[in-house]
Amino acid sequence: MTETTPGLVSFDEAVTRYDPLIGLETHVELGTMSKMFCGCPTAFGAPPNSQVCPVCLGLPGSLPVTNAAAIEFTIRIGLALNCSIASWCRFARKNYFYPDMPKDFQISQYDEPLCTDGWLEVTVPADGAPPRQVRVEIERVHLEEDTGKSLHKGGATGRIHGADYSLVDYNRAGIPLVEIVTKPIAGTGELAPVAGRDYVTELRDVLRTLGVSDVRMEQGSLRCDVNVSLAPKGSGRWGTRTETKNVNSLRSVERSIRYEIERQAAELDAGHRIVQETRHFHEDTGTTTAGRSKEEAQDYRYFPEPDLVPIAPSRDWVEKLRATLPELPSARRARLQAEWQLSDLDMAALANAGALDLVAETVAAGAAPADARKWWLGELRQRANAAGTELTALGVTPAQVARVSELVASGALNDKLARQVLDSVLAGEGSPDEVVAARGLAVVSDDSALLAAVDEAIAANPDVAGVIRGGKAAAAGVLVGAVMKATRGQADATRVRELILDRLSQP
Amino acid sequence: MTAELTSMTAAALASAVAAGDVSATEVAQAHLDKIAAVDGQVRAFLHVSADVALAAARAVDASRAAGRPLGPLAGVPVAVKDVFTTTDMPTTCGSRILDGWLPPYESTVTRRLRAAGAVPLGKTNMDEFAMGSSTENSAFGPSRNPWDLTRVPGGSSGGSAAAVAAFEAPLATGTDTGGSIRQPAAVCGIVGTKPTYGGSSRYGVVAFASSLDTPGPLARTVLDAALMHEAMSGHDPADSTSIDAPVPPVVAAARQADVAGMRIGVVTELGGEGYQPGVLTRFGEAVELLESLGAKVVEVSCPHFAYALPAYYLIAPSECSSNLARFDGMRYGLRAGDDGTRSAEEVMSLTRGEGFGAEVKRRIILGTYALSSGYYDAYYGKAQQVRTLVIRDFDAAFEQVDVLVSPSTPTTAFRIGERADDPMAMYVADLCTIPSDLAGNAALSVPCGLAPDDGLPVGLQVMAPVLADDRMYRVAAAVEAALAGRWGHPLLAGAPDLRDGEREE
Repeated sequence: MTETTPGLVSFDEAVTRYDPLIGLETHVELGTMSKMFCGCPTAFGAPPNSQVCPVCLGLPGSLPVTNAAAIEFTIRIGLALNCSIASWCRFARKNYFYPDMPKDFQISQYDEPLCTDGWLEVTVPADGAPPRQVRVEIERVHLEEDTGKSLHKGGATGRIHGADYSLVDYNRAGIPLVEIVTKPIAGTGELAPVAGRDYVTELRDVLRTLGVSDVRMEQGSLRCDVNVSLAPKGSGRWGTRTETKNVNSLRSVERSIRYEIERQAAELDAGHRIVQETRHFHEDTGTTTAGRSKEEAQDYRYFPEPDLVPIAPSRDWVEKLRATLPELPSARRARLQAEWQLSDLDMAALANAGALDLVAETVAAGAAPADARKWWLGELRQRANAAGTELTALGVTPAQVARVSELVASGALNDKLARQVLDSVLAGEGSPDEVVAARGLAVVSDDSALLAAVDEAIAANPDVAGVIRGGKAAAAGVLVGAVMKATRGQADATRVRELILDRLSQP
Repeated sequence: MTAELTSMTAAALASAVAAGDVSATEVAQAHLDKIAAVDGQVRAFLHVSADVALAAARAVDASRAAGRPLGPLAGVPVAVKDVFTTTDMPTTCGSRILDGWLPPYESTVTRRLRAAGAVPLGKTNMDEFAMGSSTENSAFGPSRNPWDLTRVPGGSSGGSAAAVAAFEAPLATGTDTGGSIRQPAAVCGIVGTKPTYGGSSRYGVVAFASSLDTPGPLARTVLDAALMHEAMSGHDPADSTSIDAPVPPVVAAARQADVAGMRIGVVTELGGEGYQPGVLTRFGEAVELLESLGAKVVEVSCPHFAYALPAYYLIAPSECSSNLARFDGMRYGLRAGDDGTRSAEEVMSLTRGEGFGAEVKRRIILGTYALSSGYYDAYYGKAQQVRTLVIRDFDAAFEQVDVLVSPSTPTTAFRIGERADDPMAMYVADLCTIPSDLAGNAALSVPCGLAPDDGLPVGLQVMAPVLADDRMYRVAAAVEAALAGRWGHPLLAGAPDLRDGEREE
């Protein structure tokens, strides 16, 4: 592999001189019970080659039969992405030899995709400005079968070249795979990497809402190929594109686009041409390296799959599927934003923190929207950041947060106690009520118990008491602090202050 | 007794077994003995499985003894073309690349035949992956025509046709892609049917050309073919292209054997120049016979049939180039050159180079070319348009007539080796049969005599509309009965007696 890259141009510099054009092809493994063309189960992580049969192994004489659920899932995806649904279309064979493809052809769709011409609205946050709405045009959504998985043993790269031997697991072979292809996305400028990432995020949320896939990038159930090309700023003369394959995390989508912009800018600056090729992204370095060039690209000899009858979804069925689509993320966000009366920026902050669902569930469990937001974006986010984890993985449920919020609202806990309760919940000590009971963490509201502490504090701080008696009520803070300390924070600070001022105003 | 059993029809054997006149085991043994006696000359079988046959026969006898209901083919031996997957017998498709492969699953057709009580005798020879018209493309050597051992039995189901004609089995399975059942049936003097495409399941039939491959029966009588047709057919959810409709009443039609009032069309384009005179003589007589039996015979033109053969030789190779890709040495069958120094790609290439024969390679290359970028529209795309035109010719013809007839083949059986080096000469053997494969309608071949010029069998092809398979059985049964009446015996009674033949090794 020879790299001729003459160094890189910094991203900021690159986007001042070039307009980036990006496009994404996203592969989604559908969460059907059985595979695309046979009855084998689709569970992830089963022992190698334990979920196979003559059909998905492509044994001589075996024949595929289309999984109707996969067709339904694909149409639902198409509808959610505002696509037209074909009234008649066919599968096609994509022919190429590879050991992890049992038939040495893949059943896919070629010039007759099931869904075409849709769009997805994506909210892209911009530094110091209101977020931008970008409408990503969807070219097509089609259905195909996944291949098996090759493990190349030995050799440095984990790729087939240089490996000592290879193992193939056909469990994945034949799992229904949907490919969602965008049209080229122009006009995002320096936001292109973020826009790419946010498109995939939004798409993932749509797919999750539809319940058609578990959309786990780390398990490969959602995978992206990222296309990037550049044009000299304002020229509209788009250069050759590269396709970075198998970019398998949201962060990598952003990084790979960023890197390709930097790399292509440097090539163009040096007067080189961009080679049309596929490229590999390296998670460790954040860089891409050249793969197969167009000249080496294969002729897939597509032709209509003769083993399968055409797909002809009736209009009635499509309309029924449309009518039963769930509320999609964008519509839900708009509804919640209105219900919670949040600004666009506040809403974007919630979304960025991955807290939207958590807040919504906390509100649904009885908390006030403002309180729910406060807890998740405040205390809990700090703890998640400190622990280097996502909010959803923190170990506290929206219902528990709602309960803590309720205890504060009723005066049973103050904020400080509430934080202690949450810490104990996070430490696995049980529900908020269990923690409160076990640790005795209730606000002391019995005046007689507080008065003893107040008298003690006054006695211990005669100077301060004198100042207060002299009319400086603001000095009461010192005594409040002492009482709070004495009661291990369990007192209601407002009431303590009242009691101190009351005591010291007496003759 | 043994000779008598092997000369009986499937219908008669099923009756005799059901009545207890003979045991299924005796029937099976008689046929195994016959195979042992004559197959050294005929070479119809690639694999004979006495164990499988006798176990199946004993199961039939046990069922009968226990008073359980018997299937329609209980105790009737059947030879299985080596393209059907069987879990208890190897499946090679006549190819080195699958030598020794024992499939882990059973084809729908053989499963149904076994369920009907049929007794599998073994697997029959065929042109490699069903590509050919003579069995000369088998990696395991050609089968011989029982009428003349120096001649081919046709193909690709030549082993099946030879086995039935040599009285080694009363029934055999075949597959028809361009004529691979009807052509060998015709040149061996037996009956062979290509059912309506989708009428019989392709599940477990190793694919040659998916949009054309059609399993069907080979038998010595029209009724036997119908009995087997009925037992092996019907909707199969495991084959997406299988038709979800009742099997046409083919057995009733074979018994009806009556053409009075039927409108029969003679296809203008399937005859004349290039056809062997003796074939045309017998065909002409068959048409006159049908007329004499009360049919209304007219001539019908199907102008696009002339393009059917070239279209077929683009579509079938295109599909085969893809279907045969899986034979790459990675998972089953032959693996060549895997010495630890070569890449998977190189091993695939060496395996395919070594494992496939010349004709298979020729067709894979033809098909790869026809599907390649820049040529697709001119070749595969254009061929599909021709296919549509052929379908329209049939549609128009079947508006005028109930069935169409033609010779089954342009010539009688040719000599082994005669056309082996001339693919075009070989390809025209399927001239008459290909249109029905492209259109997917039903067609069969029934013997209509021996050609006066060489004394070899001639077949009459009867073609019926999609899912009207019963019509052609009516016609064929009527012809069969009338000719047997005229000759005083069935055609095959005049075939040479192989029992006296010298055993070749």
